[in-house]
Amino acid sequence: MRTLTEKLLAAHCGREEVSVGEFINARIDLVLANDITAPLAIREFQRLGVSKVFDPGKVVMVPDHFCPAKDIQSAEQAKLMREFAKEQGLVYFEVGRMGIEHVLLPEQGLVLPEQVIVGADSHTCTYGALGAFATGMGSTDIAVAMATGEIWLKVPPTIKFVYHGKLPKWVGGKDLILYTIGDIGVDGALYSVMEFAGEAVDELDMDGRFTMANMAIEAGAKAGIFNVDAKTEEYLHHAAANRVSPIIASPSPRVILRERSDRRISSPDSSFHSEQAPQSQSDKDAQYAKIIEYDVSKIEPQVAFPSLPSNTRPVSQVGEVKLDQVVIGGCTNGRISDLRVAAKLIQGRQIHPDLRCIILPGSQQVYLEALREGLVEIFIEAGAVVSTPTCGPCLGGHMGVLAAGERCLSTTNRNFIGRMGSPESEVYLANPAVAAASAVLGKIAGPEEVID
Amino acid sequence: MGNMKLKGKVHKFGADVNTDVIIPARYLNVSDTKELAKHCMEDIDSGFATKVERGDMIVATTNFGCGSSREHAPLAIKACGVSCVIARSFARIFFRNAINIGLPLLECPEAVNETEAGDILEVNLSRGEITNISKSTTFIAKPYPEFMMGIISAGGLVEYTKSKLKKNRV
Repeated sequence: MRTLTEKLLAAHCGREEVSVGEFINARIDLVLANDITAPLAIREFQRLGVSKVFDPGKVVMVPDHFCPAKDIQSAEQAKLMREFAKEQGLVYFEVGRMGIEHVLLPEQGLVLPEQVIVGADSHTCTYGALGAFATGMGSTDIAVAMATGEIWLKVPPTIKFVYHGKLPKWVGGKDLILYTIGDIGVDGALYSVMEFAGEAVDELDMDGRFTMANMAIEAGAKAGIFNVDAKTEEYLHHAAANRVSPIIASPSPRVILRERSDRRISSPDSSFHSEQAPQSQSDKDAQYAKIIEYDVSKIEPQVAFPSLPSNTRPVSQVGEVKLDQVVIGGCTNGRISDLRVAAKLIQGRQIHPDLRCIILPGSQQVYLEALREGLVEIFIEAGAVVSTPTCGPCLGGHMGVLAAGERCLSTTNRNFIGRMGSPESEVYLANPAVAAASAVLGKIAGPEEVID
Repeated sequence: MGNMKLKGKVHKFGADVNTDVIIPARYLNVSDTKELAKHCMEDIDSGFATKVERGDMIVATTNFGCGSSREHAPLAIKACGVSCVIARSFARIFFRNAINIGLPLLECPEAVNETEAGDILEVNLSRGEITNISKSTTFIAKPYPEFMMGIISAGGLVEYTKSKLKKNRV
């Protein structure tokens, strides 16, 4: 009878059940802040008069937004965060080991199914791909979570999105989520959880699921969430085996890893047939606020026009849109499978001479994999820039800010006015295949215009 | 803030006013609220920060404050003198942030529909009453849940949590 979200929230306030709309105090498994939001959170934490965070092994800080520091003020903010992290013994990833937080944390095995996670970044909802309840909050909420290990929440209703059919070529998680936001609007899931299901998302790899959960906030949702299946488990084992970044401070991450290697979940194949699914899945007869179903077999790659992510069109109906810049990467599409798709299209071709193509691997590990697989070579030979992991251009921070009148197509998640620079610039959103094809042709183009 | 009466001139905005236009990320390399206030609403209404007067109100349609979790957004609005924001609906993170830092928000579609830029409004926060003095009309906003009133009357989440922690220690 319960959705995955209801199960997780009940377990985190020590109850059997919770009902939609009620206020609860939930125990928190992981708290996150970055170089923009941490300084405010630290200030509020200090105002609380608490000397130590509730559990240093459960508080993560990542200098990813304006780092490597873009100017003196950003350096000061990063310094303030670094000093607090060291003093408190937090989980902290220094430049050189850090990645874009929402790529980094799952990859480093810090995110697990059934957790409740809060982060001072709206795209914290990304972690729902692994079956966690994860939601973005502001710095003051995060200060309280750091101090007490708890946060107040209103139990949200869940809207279930079911994707039927087989995904056409070049259509992936980015297209499903853009299509969905185009359908329901930027407040179509306001205050609700978006639960993603159906055979088309079962077929998606974890990278595609991260992309979908990442953009739940763009429909106003509190969280996006997927049931745990064999692919989730495989990802978690892979993450455990490949965890490379050393962390200053706390020994607790190792404890988390041990917990994971000990946990065993029942086979999803058998559990789907029982009404009472395990803790990591919604029950078959769970109550949803709404169920929305799509046939994906006719969906084309999607392009969101300025200046809302809901302003979508199929790529075949874009028309002639010349571009000055293409960005491939970020917390939405900066994972290795995204870079592989881009490289496939760019290999043996040249970036159009009238535009800049900036590739942003989501983490050092993604960067290293891309290097070892020869993708970096493909990008550089084609005339693209391969940047160190940073949120930089996505929010108009650095490493690719737009001038007035310029147009950029980006695989990131927001195309608001001024998002990537001048308020007179324009941002279009699409998947990595469309981005790569567009980078080659100098205008928005479908992958099939470049390759069969 | 619970008993306060507010009065000010209306600055009207449409739907989906996002945190990137409330305070563009290019100004987020500082967290000093006075600095943030200088750039409030810059990318949607340049000059807003200079023309806004203490007590003025923002009135907007749906999904006000959508986008990023940056608390800098309600902080910038509050620091430039805006006394409250009235909208048909608010984005979730912005709503929490505003309550947490003590920026009053009122959800009232009727008041939004009947209010124009430049109108003078008076708001009685404890009663959720919005009076449009220019048009002699009165509206009642959606009441806050009791739990949230606790945070509001404590003066924000930090004060609320402080008193809770103190009680737990006794």
